[in-house]
Amino acid sequence: MFKWLHPYANPEVSYNFCGKLQPWLFRLSALFLTIGLVWALLYAPADYQQGDSFRIFYIHVPAAILAMGIYFAMAIAALSSLVWQLKLADASAAAMAPIGAVFTAIALITGAAWGKPMWGTWWIWDARLTSELILLFLYLGVIALHNAFEDKNLAGKAAGILSLVGVINLPIIHYSVEWWNTLHQGATVSKLGAPSMSASMYWPFLMCLLGFSFLIAALICLRFRTEVLARNSMRPWVRELAMNSTEQKVCHSSSCHTHSQN
Amino acid sequence: MNQASENSIAQNSPRDMNKTTNKLSYRGAFNLMVKRDLTIALRHKDDILNPLLFFVIVVTLFPLGIGPEASTLSRIAPGIIWVAALLSTLLSLDRLFKADHNDGSLEQMLLSPHPVFILVLAKITAHWLITGLPLIIVAPLLAVLLHFNEQSYSALMLTLLLGTPVLSLLGAIGVALTVGIKKGGVLLSLLVLPLYIPVLIFATSAIDTAALGLPYGGQLAIIAALFLGSLTLAPFAVGAALKVSTN
Repeated sequence: MFKWLHPYANPEVSYNFCGKLQPWLFRLSALFLTIGLVWALLYAPADYQQGDSFRIFYIHVPAAILAMGIYFAMAIAALSSLVWQLKLADASAAAMAPIGAVFTAIALITGAAWGKPMWGTWWIWDARLTSELILLFLYLGVIALHNAFEDKNLAGKAAGILSLVGVINLPIIHYSVEWWNTLHQGATVSKLGAPSMSASMYWPFLMCLLGFSFLIAALICLRFRTEVLARNSMRPWVRELAMNSTEQKVCHSSSCHTHSQN
Repeated sequence: MNQASENSIAQNSPRDMNKTTNKLSYRGAFNLMVKRDLTIALRHKDDILNPLLFFVIVVTLFPLGIGPEASTLSRIAPGIIWVAALLSTLLSLDRLFKADHNDGSLEQMLLSPHPVFILVLAKITAHWLITGLPLIIVAPLLAVLLHFNEQSYSALMLTLLLGTPVLSLLGAIGVALTVGIKKGGVLLSLLVLPLYIPVLIFATSAIDTAALGLPYGGQLAIIAALFLGSLTLAPFAVGAALKVSTN
């Protein structure tokens, strides 16, 4: 059933596949982000209560959604690496962790920038903010554990176990934080404006979300390819690749014609 | 048990060997492991005393830093005691697998015919008996120093009783992951402390609720659920992590 997947267990095949995918993902993300951000920041109507400062929503919410999503993707990769012993799954989990951490940080920083004009403070111990902060800590833990091992295969396995433990804990932490907040303070602040957005706000948001998703996919491809190269640096195909690229550079600088003839 | 297995090796019959090594039941292996760890701990009494001392000192620092008003202290006392308990558990976690890893007995445990689950659970139980239990015994004393609300003593004891095993269980995952790393200490806190947050939240909220004279069974039930969940799942994670760490 999954026969079509098998070739991609070979590092070289998936390296090349991601190489083909990557420019398209970058183009798509550039397209959607340009449309989405221009539409959102210039043409979408301002919120009736929050005014123009509401527009940070178009960056904040996609970042927050995707930060959580990347963690789940990482946990799935870790699970498949533990269960089916796929080395490439480790590489992809390692590729995702820093991207997820950066997007969590973006969500937190834009959230703080949004909170300042809206609530009057940079930070509030609100349930969502707190669980996002804890998500950042979980990401940093995974990254730190990954860096602590010399052997990258071991590092991938250890970080995989940690991200699985984290993914079980994430809902528990989320709900406990939510309950903690409601027990102490009552009303929450961060519900998104009106429950249903008008279409003029919804479409640019969707564009931004798609654009950021493609951007993340492209970045994951990029990082995944370098991970694969680093892990397989002793393999003949990587050496060949390195030789070819240096040859090409030499050719470009000295404008020799052997390469074009070949 | 050692002698028995040696005999069977002398007989050179694999079937016999299986029989003799399986003679030790799960319960027997568990008890043996707990006993071994407790004996080792009792011979290094510092390992028991130092985290406890740390716990007491951290709790003492808070009134000095915040001020001696009884009302403020009794308001934040549950948080102080629980955060101090988290930190002192964290400090004591290192001894869970470190020595065994260094002298190679950890690998022997993983190679032994007994399920890793049982052995890991035994080690964690021993760790809790050495570090968690003294903490629970000292806690009421510190509660007096912090002008604890009289209604919430039972809540404090119950949350500590149910919560400290969770700390040992979750912490064991972090230790198992970092045991092969040379400078694992700081890393350990980064890995483990976020996982401790739910316990902290529900424990302090149970104590606060008790101080208001309200029933706190709900929070206690959730801590118990966390305890049971980590009791069943954490040893698997620890086993997997130990296999990675010992490679």
